[in-house]
Amino acid sequence: MDFTPLTSEDRRLILDRIGVASFDALVEQIAPRVPRADLRLPAPLTEPELLQAASALAAGNITTNNRISFLGAGSYEHFIPSVVRYITSRGEFLTAYTPYQPEASQGTLQAMYEYQSLLCDLTGMDVANASLYDGASALAEACVLALRETERGKLVFAQGVHPEYRQTVETYLRGTQVTLEKIPQKEGISDLTRAESAVDSQTAAVIVQMPNAFGCLEPVERLGALARRHGALFIVVVNPISLGILQAPGSYGADIVVGEGQPLGTDLQFGGPYLGLFACREKYLRKIPGRIVGMTRDTHGRRGFVLTLQTREQHIRRAKATSNICTNEAMMALAAAVYLSALGAEGFQEMARQNVQKSHYCFDRIVKLPGIKPLFSAPFFNEFAVQLPVDPEQVNQRLLKTGFLGGFPLKRWDPELKNGWLLCVTETRSKEQMDRFVAAVGEAI
Amino acid sequence: MITQSSSRGAERREISKGEISRPEGLEMTGKISSKLPHSPGRLLEPLLSELSRPGRHGFTLPALDVSARPLEQLVPAAFLRREAAPMPQVSERDLVKHFMRLAHLNFSGETNFYPLGSCTMKYNPKVNEEIAGLPGFARVHPYTPEEGTQGILRLLYELEQLFKEILGMDAVTLQPAAGAHGELTALLMARAYHQAQGRLRRKVVVPDSAHGTNPASAALCGFEVVEVKSNERGRASLKALASAIDEDVAVFMMTNPNTLGLFEQEVREIAELVHKKGGLMYLDGANMNAILGLFRPGDLGFDMVHVNIHKTFSIPHGSGGPGGGPVGVKASLKPFLPSPIVVEQDGAYRLSSSGPRSIGRVRAFFGNTGALVRAYAYIRALGAEGLKRVSEGAILNANYLKALLKGKYPIPVDEPCMHEFVASAKELKATCGVKAMDIAKRLLDYGFYAPTICFPLIVEEALMIEPSETESREVVEAFADALVAILGEAREIPQRVRGAPHRMPVTRLDEVQAAREPNLRWTHSS
Repeated sequence: MDFTPLTSEDRRLILDRIGVASFDALVEQIAPRVPRADLRLPAPLTEPELLQAASALAAGNITTNNRISFLGAGSYEHFIPSVVRYITSRGEFLTAYTPYQPEASQGTLQAMYEYQSLLCDLTGMDVANASLYDGASALAEACVLALRETERGKLVFAQGVHPEYRQTVETYLRGTQVTLEKIPQKEGISDLTRAESAVDSQTAAVIVQMPNAFGCLEPVERLGALARRHGALFIVVVNPISLGILQAPGSYGADIVVGEGQPLGTDLQFGGPYLGLFACREKYLRKIPGRIVGMTRDTHGRRGFVLTLQTREQHIRRAKATSNICTNEAMMALAAAVYLSALGAEGFQEMARQNVQKSHYCFDRIVKLPGIKPLFSAPFFNEFAVQLPVDPEQVNQRLLKTGFLGGFPLKRWDPELKNGWLLCVTETRSKEQMDRFVAAVGEAI
Repeated sequence: MITQSSSRGAERREISKGEISRPEGLEMTGKISSKLPHSPGRLLEPLLSELSRPGRHGFTLPALDVSARPLEQLVPAAFLRREAAPMPQVSERDLVKHFMRLAHLNFSGETNFYPLGSCTMKYNPKVNEEIAGLPGFARVHPYTPEEGTQGILRLLYELEQLFKEILGMDAVTLQPAAGAHGELTALLMARAYHQAQGRLRRKVVVPDSAHGTNPASAALCGFEVVEVKSNERGRASLKALASAIDEDVAVFMMTNPNTLGLFEQEVREIAELVHKKGGLMYLDGANMNAILGLFRPGDLGFDMVHVNIHKTFSIPHGSGGPGGGPVGVKASLKPFLPSPIVVEQDGAYRLSSSGPRSIGRVRAFFGNTGALVRAYAYIRALGAEGLKRVSEGAILNANYLKALLKGKYPIPVDEPCMHEFVASAKELKATCGVKAMDIAKRLLDYGFYAPTICFPLIVEEALMIEPSETESREVVEAFADALVAILGEAREIPQRVRGAPHRMPVTRLDEVQAAREPNLRWTHSS
């Protein structure tokens, strides 16, 4: 295929105007005596051939279309209303650039302002940015902010923070002397006694995930109070869907709220592109990473929107920027804005309520199977862990053959949770599917 | 001469007027110049919060099919919200109208020429969207057992091989989510590489024409940033570098062609110098579109390179994202690649840790797979010949546009350029008080998005122009005509240019107020 419109006639006219005999001669002027590439790549494909090749690669994969999924662990299957895909596939949004020329970008800018507003409403925070890469890198940025704000050198992590998030933070901080300390879990949630001894006057931030990576609800009020007592920031990693019924982190003292926004209208896509949520208290406004949209007026007094507080950003501040981020995940932020607006106040609450009701229905039935017991006793939202009598990887293999995508084997995160199996039940699962799943699990163990 | 150009510009105005579709309600912004029937207080489009009416909704869930238990029995009351989150309440029809009206307020790559320097706003093939939307890619959970993801893993593995060949590198990570994320990844690898050899190098050197992400990424990795001056030909100077490159330099970050669109002709000598001192050469691949299929970074002496798949490899820019920033490295850096990587054994693919010296992971899950699928489709569609036509078209269009503007706008370094070039409005500013920003705004009236302005910092009142290979000769000429017409306006009626834009949904916005009294969200009391 070829997307270049220059004809041989165009080429001739252009070369004449430039005043060179050939393209090769021009290249020789540009880069004298530099060895040229001679790429060895597969032959080009026409559109039908390309579709065929790509479809062949897509065909064999296990999807939420061809299996009934109980897999979550940081990436969640939710129903995405058609209106979300329609709006996010519109070229006016999809093929626009970062809105650096606001007069030609009011659509994007207003949509981002609305996204920021929705995120503030969800989290109970004062301000939000217009997105970061994903939940894990958003947490890393939050940690960088906390370290700079407090000028301290220690981060205290609840064990229930998604391990890949913690690992991402560790990578971001490789060039520093910062230490990470863990609050071990007990019954799936942070052990408060151990938390008391981990947090001290050198702690920049206490980091907790709610619901945590095991699905459990953390004692956030007490962890927040603990952070405050020591002058540390309280960073909460959220699953935004849970905020349909759970308290907004702002109401229990969060200073920064980050999270994975994928559940808000973005497909699973084998892990990305997703949506890094970032919201915080106004106090930290000038330390926020990434783009922020603000409302202002034009010369006629009409309302309009611009990228603002850009002196924080790399293209102005360079080495002294609050972050190096430039490209973000604007289309996923747009998807989230459309998704939340489509559901509305009642629909969003109902969505979260159904997640709770269905996950508990499934939990009640699965723990009645002989040999299976709850792994933890803490309350949960739409994910819960059980202890299987056999290796969960084997159970998953058997389930795949009967049409199910099983849960996440927790030993991949922590060898001590050997036969632990993390199951996720969202609103997409029907009673009939859950009943069949429970029966299939009964046979697989 | 000027009058003539202006009249040609007027014709173009008519053409470009037809190019932009105007949504209803925009008549209030009026036509051209100062006779605007403005309507203070009138809104282009209400906010969602203003459209919201209790009781409306745009989506209905199936009824709960398990017997509902009181919520407090399942989740302790202390955890529960007392009131529903105040999400907007709108019908699906109103929701679509709202976002479509917003869509119509945007310029986009599809509807307008977007000559943004260093941003490579090329056409985004539609078949790639269809492919990325196939359920076999879009609806795959990242923790699906590997036998269920062989197609995706194979695609990613093959994409790594394609990038290795295109970049002349020995290994590739697809994990970074964007260019700046790729920079961060590569610099962390460079740090680990030096540490593994028992040396702690503190400095990263960048030219003064570098993108802002370069120094910002280096600082985030804990490096001290040293900026070196470009020479009078707008290039990194071997002489200036000779004193800057010492044994404390971990990495020299270079953009080639640089942000003036000029090929760094001494790149191989510079690489030799950096290597002699034990440092690494990094290529910021933001401008990779210029050398695609023509030169390979690995052959030019670079040890590491990131590419922006949302620029060079046709992923739509999405109003700011998502993108992808794969990083290619030479063999000596391979052990430090982030985890996980895709490995192949006897035709079976799996994700694996990249080893004990890996820098770790730079994000959750594998990467921006949905974007990578589009890049794969683009490379497979074009093949080697097609990729070469990309850089050829980009270079020809840029040089043609530069030739059309010759003698009209000063080009500070007037040499054959690659995919972009930088003009300057310095003279206009001095003579007519018209700045690069004013020209940018006036171009919007003509139906063209603006070039990158006021960057690179080494050119005063810079207009950095990149036409890309997917634009036709006619579009390039129309754009040149508009720039020439604006030049005439600037000299004859400078207030028209200074007051631009006149035909956009809004006139110039007060950015100072936006920053001084930040209003970053709606409130429900107002």
